Amino acid sequence: MRPMKRNGVRIDDSFAEAFPMRGTAILITAPTRRWALQAATTMTGFATSVIGCGAEAGIDGERPGKITPDGRPGVRVLMFAMSSDTLQTQLVNRAGQCVLTSPGSACFADLDGADRLPVGDQLRYFGDGWQVSKKFGDRHFWRVPVMDGEFLCEATTGLTKKAVGGGNLLIMGATPETTMHAAELAVEAMNEIEGVILPFPGGIVRSGSKVGSKYKAMMASTNDAYCPTLRGAVKTSLDEDIGCVLEIVIDGLTEESVAEAMRVGLAAIVKLGPDRGAVRVGAGNYGGKLGPFHFHLKDLLP
Amino acid sequence: MKPLVFILKQEPDQRLDLSPLVPHLLTRKSAKEIAAIELQTTREKITAGDIFKIRAGSAEEVRFEGGSVRLDNVGQGLKSGEIIVEGDCGKAPGREMSGGNLVVAGDSGPYAGSAMSGGRLEIGGDAGDFLGAPLEGEMEGITGGLLIVRGNAGNRAGDRLRRGTIVIEGSAGDYPGSRMIAGTLIVLKDCGLLPGYLMRRGTIVLANAPELSPTFADCGVHELAFAKVFAGLLRDESRAAARLLGRPLIRFAGDMAALGKGEIFFPA
Repeated sequence: MRPMKRNGVRIDDSFAEAFPMRGTAILITAPTRRWALQAATTMTGFATSVIGCGAEAGIDGERPGKITPDGRPGVRVLMFAMSSDTLQTQLVNRAGQCVLTSPGSACFADLDGADRLPVGDQLRYFGDGWQVSKKFGDRHFWRVPVMDGEFLCEATTGLTKKAVGGGNLLIMGATPETTMHAAELAVEAMNEIEGVILPFPGGIVRSGSKVGSKYKAMMASTNDAYCPTLRGAVKTSLDEDIGCVLEIVIDGLTEESVAEAMRVGLAAIVKLGPDRGAVRVGAGNYGGKLGPFHFHLKDLLP
Repeated sequence: MKPLVFILKQEPDQRLDLSPLVPHLLTRKSAKEIAAIELQTTREKITAGDIFKIRAGSAEEVRFEGGSVRLDNVGQGLKSGEIIVEGDCGKAPGREMSGGNLVVAGDSGPYAGSAMSGGRLEIGGDAGDFLGAPLEGEMEGITGGLLIVRGNAGNRAGDRLRRGTIVIEGSAGDYPGSRMIAGTLIVLKDCGLLPGYLMRRGTIVLANAPELSPTFADCGVHELAFAKVFAGLLRDESRAAARLLGRPLIRFAGDMAALGKGEIFFPA
């Protein structure tokens, strides 16, 4: 079959295979933008992959004070896990250790829905009896006295069972510089999409994995088919002109948001062209038997 | 849909119990059946048709044209829909309502919104004593919803408030928020003696510095996120209340003669 080509960039006839996840969203506000971002960054640290971190989390976007519940600058954080229980534990642990502790912070629900995850309902116990419950209409808040005043936290936030994790793009270029250039532009474009996060450092992962290993204890190991230094030694997936591969992984609150993020990321890579960016784009899958969501690159092309 | 309208023919010569005239009791009743509903509180029988000219319409929206201080229990137990009284009403409008919207354009007697648990009650004029309070022997006043008085309220407003929000845009009489269990009471003008008398928990916000009982303890001036959030949630209902909540507020904790986990705020 003739490879698909757009603006000189080869596009694999492949698809990203993604999995259902549980997702949630909260809005963190603080007296200044800096401290809202600080709380959010801390909360979403060490949250690149459910394999080792318990949850995948990231910043969806900033919210100006004009539209936040308390009129202060805010940051929307998304969190994903494989089960509602894990997500619950991770949410409360991370909100408790990273948001409650952050100066001037407040924490609000930022996802509607009938399924709820307790946040303030758990963190309130930090108040040691001095916590105050406040209800208005159908909203419920907890005020917990802390050393800089009060930590305000909504009792619960929404939980979606329709979240999708593991959308991805494999960006293949001639050199690390050009590949990184393409990946960075793709990340920039994908960050604009509402309801998705790119959980890896700066949105990019360089150590894509395959399932299994020669070592018994390892469930996953390096994706040798995509390692440029092994190109001659293993059954490689790389062409002669590829010297570097970077991957972008996407988690989203809906299937549509993941597809949209892949679409704009792909468009950014294609627009850059092969000389300064990627020569080829692929997507990771497991043969299509494991994950129910298949994002075919050919459907997402610009 | 056109509303169901009750036009008051003349001032009634006895107090009337209007509790049967709420949407969930009026749906699927014909105009004739509605006219036959008895409203008297004495031995002298009076039906809705005797005292009101009735214009048929959707029972989800009930409108009283003309009011009287003798019209008691308007919107009692309201669950959904809307009742609008274009005039005054007597005691306990919106008592035990759990949903819907009740608007009294004029003044109300005592016990307005008594023990309501949800919905929205707005009184355009003044409210009598015991706004939202429980009746004798009951343990709780308001347990949910939003009660707004555009004018003044009498004594003991918000007595035994448990949950929900009361906004009095005028002044409150003596002992506002007495025996409060929790909830929020906001007064935008003056208040009388001893606000928060024996309150256990809950929040009272006063626009003017009150004379407090010595059983309230000064906790300093604060700008709290929760006040800003409530300001945002209240902005559409009462701009003045939202403005008050946006200011730096001094916090007094009390009533230390009771549990002492309540608070009274006023601008520093």
